[in-house]
Amino acid sequence: MEHSAPIRVLAAKVGLDGHDRGVKVIARALRDAGMEVIYSGLFRTPQEVAQTAVDEDVDVVAISILSGAHNALVPEVLKALRERGAGDIPVVVGGTIPDEDAAFLVNQGVRRVFGPGADLAAIVEYIQRLVRPRAPA
Amino acid sequence: MEDRRARTVEERAEAFTTLSWLPLKRVYRPEDVGDLDYHRDLGDPGEYPFTRGIHETMYRGRLWTMRQFAGYGTAEQTNARFHYLLQNGQTGLSVAFDLPTLLGYDSDHPRARGEVGREGVAVDSLADMERLFDGIPLGEVSTSMTINGPAAILMAMYIVVGEKQGVPMERLSGTLQNDILKEYIAQKEFIFPPEPSLKLVVDTIEFATRHMPRWNTVSISGYHIREAGATAVQELAFTLADGLTYVEACLARGLDVDSFAPRLSFFFNSHSDFFEEIAKFRAARRMWARFMRERFKAQNPRSWMLRFHTQTAGCSLTAQQPEVNVVRVTLQALAAVLGGTQSLHTNALDEALALPTAEAARLALRTQQVIAEESGVASVVDPLGGSYFVEALTSETERQAMAYIERIEQMGGVIAAIRRGFMQREIAEASYRFQQEVSSGKRVIVGVNRYAIPASEEKPVPILRIDPELERRQGQRVQELRRSRDNARVQAALRDLARAAEREENVMPYLIEAVRAYATLGEMVDALKSVYGVYVEEAVV
Repeated sequence: MEHSAPIRVLAAKVGLDGHDRGVKVIARALRDAGMEVIYSGLFRTPQEVAQTAVDEDVDVVAISILSGAHNALVPEVLKALRERGAGDIPVVVGGTIPDEDAAFLVNQGVRRVFGPGADLAAIVEYIQRLVRPRAPA
Repeated sequence: MEDRRARTVEERAEAFTTLSWLPLKRVYRPEDVGDLDYHRDLGDPGEYPFTRGIHETMYRGRLWTMRQFAGYGTAEQTNARFHYLLQNGQTGLSVAFDLPTLLGYDSDHPRARGEVGREGVAVDSLADMERLFDGIPLGEVSTSMTINGPAAILMAMYIVVGEKQGVPMERLSGTLQNDILKEYIAQKEFIFPPEPSLKLVVDTIEFATRHMPRWNTVSISGYHIREAGATAVQELAFTLADGLTYVEACLARGLDVDSFAPRLSFFFNSHSDFFEEIAKFRAARRMWARFMRERFKAQNPRSWMLRFHTQTAGCSLTAQQPEVNVVRVTLQALAAVLGGTQSLHTNALDEALALPTAEAARLALRTQQVIAEESGVASVVDPLGGSYFVEALTSETERQAMAYIERIEQMGGVIAAIRRGFMQREIAEASYRFQQEVSSGKRVIVGVNRYAIPASEEKPVPILRIDPELERRQGQRVQELRRSRDNARVQAALRDLARAAEREENVMPYLIEAVRAYATLGEMVDALKSVYGVYVEEAVV
């Protein structure tokens, strides 16, 4: 694995939810930690998110969703990634997601779900370790 | 003045600020309000510039309206919640619509997938609006509708539901949020570009000014700006700047300021920093009064009055130890009442996780009732007026908000500033700064970064579940409607609507006709999109 290149993250908003406070905070925090962040912009379809992830050759996809549509839309992103031969790109999700839904999403293949109140530093560190498990934190 | 810091003793922190980083002194004294003139800057309640309240008697005359925002699932489900809230003593209705409705998609549109009925009630046509207000007399109950992009369409639907109940539009009372500018700044549920969107807002104001004397045409909203991470000062400044933009657009249409200004209302957030919020509400009244009287030369005192609804801060609520949210909401609601709000929504304890259950919504309503009926704070008007601290903070908030408004005006106004990403960037900066302070522990959130308990001890909160089947059923319903209505009439109405938009006529009469023909929301929005186009924001991260 090439360790000198910065980690590339797609910060994605999927569906009709325009709440972008969280995704912007995360994007800045990841950037401040030395990662390259591509922001999808608002109102993306699952297929658009997967295509951008492939085109931009990202190491991880971070989806922010606050509308309650996560159980419908996040599995579609996973499916669209698999269809593009990119099922190995890890996906993390953040937003207003009740515990039982988080369990469902992890079951579907999401690596980790960050709910309301998740710590910024913890999210950054998790993504670093997810992509570079053996790198010193 | 003597240097009082010479006698400094150890304090808990190096420096104290409000939640929005306004510096705070240890104690406030007469010299901190030395330049304040009672009649010029405060006035009695009910007197210009209304700093102390817009009514002489305030809550001694009438309590604020307890108006809980509600909407989920189908029109029938939300109608049942409305009846439940009215039976429990609520005094006005407030409708939350789902995201497809806010963005102008019918429930069977592919873009609506996963979203139908989740963040509010799904409304595709007049048929849903009839079900939504079934058994609710629109001549007696006032309704607030949180709708922006398609606001003119929902207003047309409400008018026609009234017609069917035999209530003429002159008698309808309620509020249309209809504040599209804050969508580009903060909430991001926009459809058309800013210019035609603003034109639609003016259409609704012009129409209501002629035909709907009891209708609040715009609820100029700081709430969402604050939720997006703005400071109290930013919330105040950007909201008033939006309000000034609507006034200027109406004047450009040829409306007389006193014909429409009394029906403009405001909507603010009440966050956790108790005194800062009270200062913000008081400053807002004083600033608006002066803008209306001095800048726009309004003659009618009702044009000078800033009337506002308040909602407690959803973004301040925690998923951890959610019962603590009841305490947060209580303090925020108290600040709104001490700030002189006209109506209030208190958030439910489960809102960091999902839409409120009926029990959680009732407890939130009870919170207001305790403040109103038991605490005694509603017995005296503006009880904090004259406090050295509150007055100094009110003046400081005003000074800083004015500086922002001047910057926006130097950029060429709100729409020019939106296109430059100015407000969006300011809000993102504040939001990130706050989150970093939470992460470092500098900013305490009880139960999250201090006084947390193990996850195993967290009591599970009952969650309002939305049946995924609902989406399919609602989609089928709109398809059946399209088959069963007079489609020739619908197509003619939609053609007329598009033509009126092209000719820059007021579209309200054409929307009313399309609604009567049972054209769907999505069809009407598409007709307008064909003329106005859509807005894609340049993302600022």
